[in-house]
Amino acid sequence: MKRRYLKQWAFFLAVRLSALTIALSIAFFFIFIFIQGYSAVSWEFLTKHPQDMMTKGGVMPAIVGTFYLTIGAMAVALPLGVLSAIYLNEYAKEGYVLRFLRVGIRCLAGVPSIVFGLFGLALFVVYFGFGSSIMAGSLTLGFLILPTVIGASEEALSSVPETFREASLALGVSKWNTISKIVLPNSLPGILTGSILSIGRAAGETAPIMFTAATFFTAVLPKSIFDEVMALPYHIYVLATAGTRIEETRPIQYGTVLVLVGMVLMINMTAIAIRSYARKKKRW
Amino acid sequence: MTRTLKEQVVKNALLLFTFASIVVLGLIVAFLFMEGIPIFQVVSLKDFILGVEWYPTYDPADYGIGALIVGSLVVTLCASIVAIPLGILSAVYIAELAPGSIKELFKPVVELLAGLPSVVLGFFGMVVVAPWLQNTFGLATGLNIVNASLILAFMAVPTIASITEDALYSVPMEFREASYALGATKAETIVTVIVPSALSGISTAVMLGMSRAIGETMVVLMVAGGAAILPESIFDPVRPMPACIAAEMGETPFRSAHYHALFAIGMVLFFMTLAFNLAGECISNKFRERGSATL
Repeated sequence: MKRRYLKQWAFFLAVRLSALTIALSIAFFFIFIFIQGYSAVSWEFLTKHPQDMMTKGGVMPAIVGTFYLTIGAMAVALPLGVLSAIYLNEYAKEGYVLRFLRVGIRCLAGVPSIVFGLFGLALFVVYFGFGSSIMAGSLTLGFLILPTVIGASEEALSSVPETFREASLALGVSKWNTISKIVLPNSLPGILTGSILSIGRAAGETAPIMFTAATFFTAVLPKSIFDEVMALPYHIYVLATAGTRIEETRPIQYGTVLVLVGMVLMINMTAIAIRSYARKKKRW
Repeated sequence: MTRTLKEQVVKNALLLFTFASIVVLGLIVAFLFMEGIPIFQVVSLKDFILGVEWYPTYDPADYGIGALIVGSLVVTLCASIVAIPLGILSAVYIAELAPGSIKELFKPVVELLAGLPSVVLGFFGMVVVAPWLQNTFGLATGLNIVNASLILAFMAVPTIASITEDALYSVPMEFREASYALGATKAETIVTVIVPSALSGISTAVMLGMSRAIGETMVVLMVAGGAAILPESIFDPVRPMPACIAAEMGETPFRSAHYHALFAIGMVLFFMTLAFNLAGECISNKFRERGSATL
């Protein structure tokens, strides 16, 4: 009898230690990033161009570039994703077409981000002749997050009770009007949460934009969607790995890391806040 | 336009938009093949996959990606050895032992971590883990398999823990009660009843975590060391496939043999992750059938 409880004690100890290890690593990671980056980030850092071979100045063009790229990615993924989710959840009937679509979307979700980069390079940059540009980068990132947006939107749509649809249909409203007037408004918070989370992902991706949009340095801000841009993740990568001034630019690297992490965390917290707000106001 | 006609139009338009994902997937495969296949005029498929000499810029050049494949597999395997037990045990903690407040905190934290840019994690590996490894073990470089595996594990644990927790949570209460009624302790119940019934979800979690790790680029690009050689110990540097593509694509001439070789690596990577995902699906289906039969 005693041995069994001893075993239980040992097992729970292992369980608690694992959880503690994870929690401590997470805490250490964020504290480290924050403390190291805090001294580098200032108002100038956020609003100035890089100066003196990247060793001074700020990262403003990279912030702007990341902003453009994520807006572009959203413009691609949000309409396509929501419309696909409406079809999959509201119209599609069980059968081989639906199965085919689902398998395809799942496969797309599993494609590694560097392969998306190759695809963007071959199709948008070279074949369509966009060159390395906001356009090519946004399309690549947009298709990268498309499966996530579809998944989140579908979940939101399916959480709307079936009775809502039935009540509307019983009043003689057509199916499409039921969806656009009843189902979509009620699932909006869920769709927003999922979409904003995927914006966070798009903002932090590096591999897909390496050959399709990002450049190390631009003297001026982009003037059209066919210009190259600087981007925060790519900036971190280049400063940390390439060049002869890796040690000199260390403070700038820490600052850029903190700006990117802060940006992504803020985006994700907005999403989480929207969801908990919507849950409180939920009428069913 | 009559109402039924309008409905038909809407439905078919939506179907068309849904096919966009399939079209993109098709285009990915098509362009990988179009740009990747020409390399096989220079090197045979067998030498490409099994050759371990990767000297694409030499004259004559060698295009063997064996060492790159081994690099990818080794870091993924080592990352799994760290991440799977940690992830599953943490999920057990959250599902079975944690007080309510920690439980509520868990999902948002996982979501925040999942959104953490991989380049930041790679950076962390370079400035924190690498010097630490170098000093502790007296190595020539801290950028090696161990470093990459630790960072990849850090990335995979939230995914594995989150999906495992869902699976544990969905095990019916009756199973637990039946086990307690037979006199089992809580730990025995978890190990012999709850975890086995949740195996379908747990295996999905593991496969998803691993397929992320194998396709992850920035971490292995920044901390795996980048040497295209067969590793002899876990402290050797390697050059996993994604890192190779990312590092070399920027410097290679357009449509050179090297360029095509990098697309061919993309092909191999694409099919490897695809195989991983399909295997995951099969495994989880297999366990699911058994689970439902006992219900």
